[in-house]
Amino acid sequence: MEKLLVLIGAALLIGFIVWWFFSKRDNQSTEATMSDDKQQAEVTVNGGYVPNTVVLKQGVPASLVFDRKDPSGCFNEVVFPDLGIHETLPVNEKFAVEIDTSKAGEYQYSCGMNMFHGKVVIK
Amino acid sequence: MSVKARFIVSLILSLPMLAEMMTKPLFGIGLPGHTWTMFTLTTGVMAVAAWPFIHTAWAAFRNHHANMDTLVAIGTLAAYIYSIYAMLNHQPVFFEVAAFVITFVLLGQVLEETIKGRASGAIEKLLGLQAKDAEVLRGGTVVRVPFAEIVIGDILRVKPGQKIAVDGVITEGSSAIDEAMVTGEGMPVSKKTGDAVIGSTINTSGTFMFRATKVGNDTLLAQIVDMVKRAQVSRAPIQKTVDTISNIFVPTVLIVAILTFVVWFVLLGADAATAMLFAVAVLIIACPCALGLATPTALMVGTGRGAKMGILIKNGEVLEAANDIQTVVFDKTGTITLGKPVVTDIVGDENAVLALAASLEHVSEHPLAAAIVEKAESLEIAPQDVTDFQAIEGKGVTAHINGSSAFVGNAKLLGNNVLDVKLEREMQRLQDEAKTVVIVGRNDRAIGLIAIQDTPKDTAVAAITALKKRGLRTIMITGDNERVARAIADAVGIDEVIAEVLPGDKADHVKLLQQKGKVAFVGDGINDAPALAAADLGIAMGSGTDIAIESGGIVLVKNNLQDVVRALALSQKTFNRIKLNLFWAFIYNTAGIPIAAGLFVWAGLTLSPELAGLAMAFSSVSVVISSLLLNRSKLV
Repeated sequence: MEKLLVLIGAALLIGFIVWWFFSKRDNQSTEATMSDDKQQAEVTVNGGYVPNTVVLKQGVPASLVFDRKDPSGCFNEVVFPDLGIHETLPVNEKFAVEIDTSKAGEYQYSCGMNMFHGKVVIK
Repeated sequence: MSVKARFIVSLILSLPMLAEMMTKPLFGIGLPGHTWTMFTLTTGVMAVAAWPFIHTAWAAFRNHHANMDTLVAIGTLAAYIYSIYAMLNHQPVFFEVAAFVITFVLLGQVLEETIKGRASGAIEKLLGLQAKDAEVLRGGTVVRVPFAEIVIGDILRVKPGQKIAVDGVITEGSSAIDEAMVTGEGMPVSKKTGDAVIGSTINTSGTFMFRATKVGNDTLLAQIVDMVKRAQVSRAPIQKTVDTISNIFVPTVLIVAILTFVVWFVLLGADAATAMLFAVAVLIIACPCALGLATPTALMVGTGRGAKMGILIKNGEVLEAANDIQTVVFDKTGTITLGKPVVTDIVGDENAVLALAASLEHVSEHPLAAAIVEKAESLEIAPQDVTDFQAIEGKGVTAHINGSSAFVGNAKLLGNNVLDVKLEREMQRLQDEAKTVVIVGRNDRAIGLIAIQDTPKDTAVAAITALKKRGLRTIMITGDNERVARAIADAVGIDEVIAEVLPGDKADHVKLLQQKGKVAFVGDGINDAPALAAADLGIAMGSGTDIAIESGGIVLVKNNLQDVVRALALSQKTFNRIKLNLFWAFIYNTAGIPIAAGLFVWAGLTLSPELAGLAMAFSSVSVVISSLLLNRSKLV
């Protein structure tokens, strides 16, 4: 009886893991707010980058403000490989990263160990 | 709380339990208040040292993410919560498992942070070279001005031993300048009025004045720093495979851990505690830290080492491209040769030929033109005014002088107008001596020839030999005619020659060669930008011009051909190191998981959760050390 319960529990747990982590989900996306010929968007860093995708207008100077709430070492750094940005994020502090919006396209960014990903879309 | 502080707290709280592990079996001495003491100590570890892991794991979970923190958090929480349950039911407890795993994982992170700091030091070192201020001529007097306030056109004074603040051109005086920090060149270089100086290099002997031409973020050093920075955060394409795997890796490990528990508990009839320990060991050993560190740390060390030698590697893709290059194509002028041609022979009436040629060429920008004008100046022949000047790419120039038409150029410009027999024979003779011959004529009739020669660089022979030793096919491409090109190629040992190529067609020839294998193109970036871009790997040499930095995948700051060999060797070494790191990180996880799951219990091979934590810590550390060893590997 005990073994049967464990077996059922394990099957349910595995089913939940597959559903929770592997099923396709719509990424939250947000557009930057414009002010005085500048655009700005805020990304909360807490177990991931929220919102995951930020849409920026091409040619308008932009800054992405990271609000790091997560103390995990994984989020110490934020790296934009295509834009050559590599910054250290302070915990519980807002940190602005200037984004070069001269070229349209999708730019992935990630944490220092490349485990968590976010995206900037310039169009 | 820093990782270091968390580690120390965790270590101090774990030590009594570690001591008990030794004293109890040996002397039968346990901790006073055994189970309850362990519970208190471990609760401390979980609350202080493990809390950030749990926090991130939960936050990530809510975002449908899982990472290494998830594994550490679930693994240690499982051991901790089970032990509380066991403690209340007077069964054996495993508090020390949770405490030790946290301590070991944090130990790994502390070591990793320390060594990583050393790996990324190259940029800080480069930035540290920047001069803080300089002596600038303002309003007739020399004043000290901070670096940021120097503007283009400022006249700066540099005394012996001082640092040159920005890039510029010497206007007065001469000196020997130590450029090692930027170009990697060991010997001081002597410079006089009109020569370019590089910011952040050191003036060794004389005092001189120079005019600032590039300041702030435009200086060569600033551009080098920017390039290295970009290279270090770039990703090699091989990393993409790793990314895909690591996205599904952690949830898969969670499933494997559950299966491990089920198999041991349900099928093999082990007790719950044993089954749980196997499952926890699986979670801990599988942490993919080493996988995440494999590429960035090797890139950091490799590109950093390159920058110190004046070899700038743009990104990870370049490294991967350099790894399977089969053919190296060299531009001739300025790359294989010095790029400073001089007039060696004049056929015909020396004064008349030179006067006509100099008149046409003193408005031209062609490197051969400079040689002719220089020769005319040395013989004090003044150029005449010309009208209707026209430069025909790859052929020569035409213009009108005193109403009659005149030309200077190669055989292609002449078209059907053949040379007379005597000039033809002379031309053959001079070309066989590896000289470039231009025909000088008036009213469609040749009046003489000028032979110009550009000598190969000192480093060419050794570099070509080394490349051939690496099994590479070497080709030289040039606008010169076949015989001249062949003579130079033979002198330095190049296998093949593609001659009489118009500058615009170089890229097409590179594309043609690419059909047979990967091609690297080496040029100075001035008129080979399309070829540099077309090649699988563009290596831009010398002078560190903006164009070179733009178009080359690898930029060589020095004008030394040996650096081509070093750049290829460094790229291959770095890329191989990335592959080796990834291989070990993968092997470590794939071999570790079955052992941790208890697949080899029959052979006496098991992995307790604590050992798994220790092994995980050292796998990360070993990958970082492996990357650091790139600094010591032999290049040529």
